[in-house]
Amino acid sequence: MSQVQTSVATQAILDEVKPAVLPRPVLVENNRSHAWITDKVCGVIEGKTPLWWWICFAVASAVASCSVIGFAYLVSTGVGVWGHANPVNWAWDIINFVFWVGIAHAGTLISAILCLARQNWRTSINRTAEAMTIFSVACAGLFPALHVGRVWLAVLPGYLFPAPNANGIWPNFRSALEWDVFAVSTYGSVSVLFWYVGLIPDLGTLRDRFFKRGDKIRSAIYGFFAMGWRGSNRHWVNHEMAYLLLAGISTLMVVSVCTIVSFDFATSLIPGWHTTIFPPYFVSGAIYSGFAMVLTLLLPMRAIFKFEDLITAYHIDCLCKITLVMGTLVGYAYLMEFVIAWYGANPNEGFTFVNRTFGLYSWAYWIMFTCNVVTPQFLWFKKVRANFAWVFILTIFINIGMWFERFVIIVTSLARDFLPSSWGYYSPSIVEILTFFGTFGVFSVLFLLFIRLLPIIPMAEVKSVTPQADVHGKHS
Amino acid sequence: MSNLFPKSANKLPLQILVYLFFVGGLATAGITYYATNSYANVGYAPVQPVPFSHALHAGQLGLDCRYCHSNVEKSGHANVPTAQTCMNCHNQIKVDSPLLAPVRDSYASGDPVPWIKIHQAPDYVYFNHSVHVARGVSCVSCHGAINQMDVVHQDKSLTMSFCLDCHRAPEKFIRDPKLVTNLDWKHPEGESAQVEQGKKFVHDWNVKPPQSCSGCHR
Repeated sequence: MSQVQTSVATQAILDEVKPAVLPRPVLVENNRSHAWITDKVCGVIEGKTPLWWWICFAVASAVASCSVIGFAYLVSTGVGVWGHANPVNWAWDIINFVFWVGIAHAGTLISAILCLARQNWRTSINRTAEAMTIFSVACAGLFPALHVGRVWLAVLPGYLFPAPNANGIWPNFRSALEWDVFAVSTYGSVSVLFWYVGLIPDLGTLRDRFFKRGDKIRSAIYGFFAMGWRGSNRHWVNHEMAYLLLAGISTLMVVSVCTIVSFDFATSLIPGWHTTIFPPYFVSGAIYSGFAMVLTLLLPMRAIFKFEDLITAYHIDCLCKITLVMGTLVGYAYLMEFVIAWYGANPNEGFTFVNRTFGLYSWAYWIMFTCNVVTPQFLWFKKVRANFAWVFILTIFINIGMWFERFVIIVTSLARDFLPSSWGYYSPSIVEILTFFGTFGVFSVLFLLFIRLLPIIPMAEVKSVTPQADVHGKHS
Repeated sequence: MSNLFPKSANKLPLQILVYLFFVGGLATAGITYYATNSYANVGYAPVQPVPFSHALHAGQLGLDCRYCHSNVEKSGHANVPTAQTCMNCHNQIKVDSPLLAPVRDSYASGDPVPWIKIHQAPDYVYFNHSVHVARGVSCVSCHGAINQMDVVHQDKSLTMSFCLDCHRAPEKFIRDPKLVTNLDWKHPEGESAQVEQGKKFVHDWNVKPPQSCSGCHR
């Protein structure tokens, strides 16, 4: 980054005001060398598989099997094994879908928007955040694909994806659910590409290191995926351009995907769903839940691998601040919904919000409100942001709260719509509960494999923000 | 690093693409061949217990379809004739033919001839013959030129899109109901005249073929 060019007049003002020079916090502590960074990050992969990893992997697999069994039971028996029925025809399936897809958004924001905004602190956390994105999208995708019961129909042409088929039918392009199919599948594929493009230089490093150690098999595997990366100038130019383009595309998706997910509700006529605030409300909620999840994952990982010099207190501080901003935005949206319901003067809309707060599901509303609005307020305090045990606990509460947000939106509106004769009460079946519980196992299995097999910190990118890479002192 | 991958590895991406193309093609062909629903079995021509020739009876002799499939105008189900219908003629003609032994047995015992069903609408589809016949959908539209078949085979795919092709554009197919069993009939003035006449029929008879799911999947 070149230094800001200042005009003569501006310079005169600056000379007079003498603004204080605020040094940017260092992004790699203890002035670590490039070789140290490589050894530290590659050491995780090259070392022996630690016992804790096997224990976690076994537990995660056991939990994941709940999902496998739950889905197998659903497909073999029918959607009746889940608890939703008239009038609550959408319940945990879409709640869990929105929950997981929301979590994904932080990874994209960190890697794309912060990349375009030249926030250098993103470098050491973006790989993990993007991995989280991909695995969350995978968990999210399970629910819409499997809630149809006859899953094979979901993959046949013409049902979800438009293609000529023997039934002569075509998806309804006026349906927000069809937009969802495109939004989420595009999101998933672009996220994978973005992640992979970022990985290529690091895969080249691993290939070379395993080759030197005489491990031909691993060297060949990493080499295959490194696609002949040599680190030449031309490779770097192409790589940076590809990365920048993907960052541009992904930036749109940070905003568009959850907007379209919110259209699933906003384009309907149900009170409590049919509101224009939904797109920004969903996007900020998604980023909020995602940042909480990034922190939940990063803090233990940082402690276990002793990455304190790479993921510094400053990084955690930045993440906490964004979490605070997003949490406050979400709180604003909660309150604004009441204002709009009052100002709109629609009796059904008004009733919906009173019912949410004080009705049958008020327990869920207050869990949501406490977890999402009260919890982040602790992050105003620097002492809390610097106490990682506290931060970890707070993020767990935010994760819980954001799941309840979707529960409140979806279930309360359906359980109490226009006609009192069609009111009902929804509670989940054990199958739904175990299936959702299992997706945490699916996510953990994928995440554990990721931290075992791939460089969890982008070495090449972190090196580029060290003082050693900036010998002429011109990088901002 | 020069000896990690041989030089031929440079061609690998292209080779993988070609390989995937072939595997994908093979998988598509396999699924199309083995997983196509049995109701869409075009060309299915099982060996029947009696080698009855529609080409002889309906084509050469000019028997009307409804002489044997007598309920087609009144019933949702188009019946297969009983042996009595066959015996109307065959008590005089070819009375001793060994090929007709199953028909004579059936006539004597009352047990039906075990004909093998060719055109099978799946159980989840409601199809009514009389409605279609009454509004001028000819036998030939779904069954093909039966009057030219020595051995009857399935001529059309009978998939959902086959049904919808007509339900979405009935004017291309419907004709004067008097001509429904005339399997060789085509509009003498060609296709555009057929469509023009068809549109008139659609309007005059208020033909509204259902396109919603519940029209057929009741």
